[in-house]
Amino acid sequence: MNIGMTLVLQAIGFFIFLYVTVKFVLPPLAEAIESRRRTISDGLAEAEKGKASLAIAQKEVDKMIGEAKAKAADIIAQGEKQRSATIEASKGEAKTAGEREKASAAAEIAQLSVKAKEELRDRVAELAVAGAQKILKREINPQVHSDLLGQLKAEL
Amino acid sequence: MASESGATKTATEYIQGHLTNYTVNYSGSTIHMDTVITSWLLGAVAFGLLWLASRAVQKEGVPGKVQAFVELVYDFVDGQVKDMFSGDRRFITGVCFTVFVWILVMNMVKFVPVDFLGLFTHLFAPHWKPVATADLNTTLALSLSVILLVIVLSIKAKSFGGYMHELFCTPFHGPNIVAIIILAPFNFVFQMIELISKPLSLALRLYGNMYAGEIIFLLISLLSAAGIGGVFFGGLLHAGWAIFHILVVPLQAFIFMMLTAVYLAMAHEAH
Repeated sequence: MNIGMTLVLQAIGFFIFLYVTVKFVLPPLAEAIESRRRTISDGLAEAEKGKASLAIAQKEVDKMIGEAKAKAADIIAQGEKQRSATIEASKGEAKTAGEREKASAAAEIAQLSVKAKEELRDRVAELAVAGAQKILKREINPQVHSDLLGQLKAEL
Repeated sequence: MASESGATKTATEYIQGHLTNYTVNYSGSTIHMDTVITSWLLGAVAFGLLWLASRAVQKEGVPGKVQAFVELVYDFVDGQVKDMFSGDRRFITGVCFTVFVWILVMNMVKFVPVDFLGLFTHLFAPHWKPVATADLNTTLALSLSVILLVIVLSIKAKSFGGYMHELFCTPFHGPNIVAIIILAPFNFVFQMIELISKPLSLALRLYGNMYAGEIIFLLISLLSAAGIGGVFFGGLLHAGWAIFHILVVPLQAFIFMMLTAVYLAMAHEAH
């Protein structure tokens, strides 16, 4: 075993390789790893931020949905109220209209019945006259007996 | 069994042949050419590929597979350093990364069957010990470099005076100036033992594991001298030992890297 010159040469070799490693091999590697680490941590932070903003947006959306729901319920209630009011109103209107209709019908009926009574009265008078004629077998002069007839009519 | 110039080797010769370095004498000192060439070549390929990969790194978007793999190794080393040291750890990570990758590729030569590389290296060298970490020169060079960096970082972190204070006034604290002066040599001896034991334990652990593993591989390969049954069982044992080394190889690189990180992190801490 000769220890000496070989050892010196090996040490020189070591320092050459050490120089190459420290000067050329490792810096780009360290930089690449560092930059990737930064990119990843940035990405993670971004994601975290995105998550937070998503939560905020979700909250906002929830709020908006709640508001919209309340508004919709409001509108529905209002519509309901309006509907019932309308129904009430139209009911009342219909009632009055019916009443009016009924009243006018009643009036018409009364009028008609008066008229019919009138006619009936005339016809009865005529019938009575005709009956009387037949009974008396003689002509009754309507002019002469008009006051009699009028009296009869009034009695009916 | 590999035979050289027609002569059959004995078992001892075979093992010794595999454990002898290919040496070249250069102005009076002996150089293990196999260790140096293998480790430099592997280091050049590994760090060259890493350099290419890091040049193609995309800073934006989805990383490619090569980038993901290199980042995986980097993140693994960096994570270990991060657990031990809070502060600017770029340089410490760099040292640990270099140590880990280089030791890993040098250890990985063990997966190549022991006589396989010899077929090629016999063309120009009588011996070739391909596992560079099974050479104490490599492991000591690494650990001494690490300790040198520890000393440099200590001085940088605590200033020269602070480091000298640490060398002479810890671990035994004197209550007054006389006690401090009396304790100083003991402290210094303790610190020196610590300073020497660190690289020695680092180097010897890696060297011992790799060297021992290599010898087991050689012994298993020797079985093939016992005929066809020996070849068969030798092959099975070889596979088993190699599978075990899938664990040992990265583990040794990891241990070396972890201890390097510990020592470098300790250099920054004040006592």
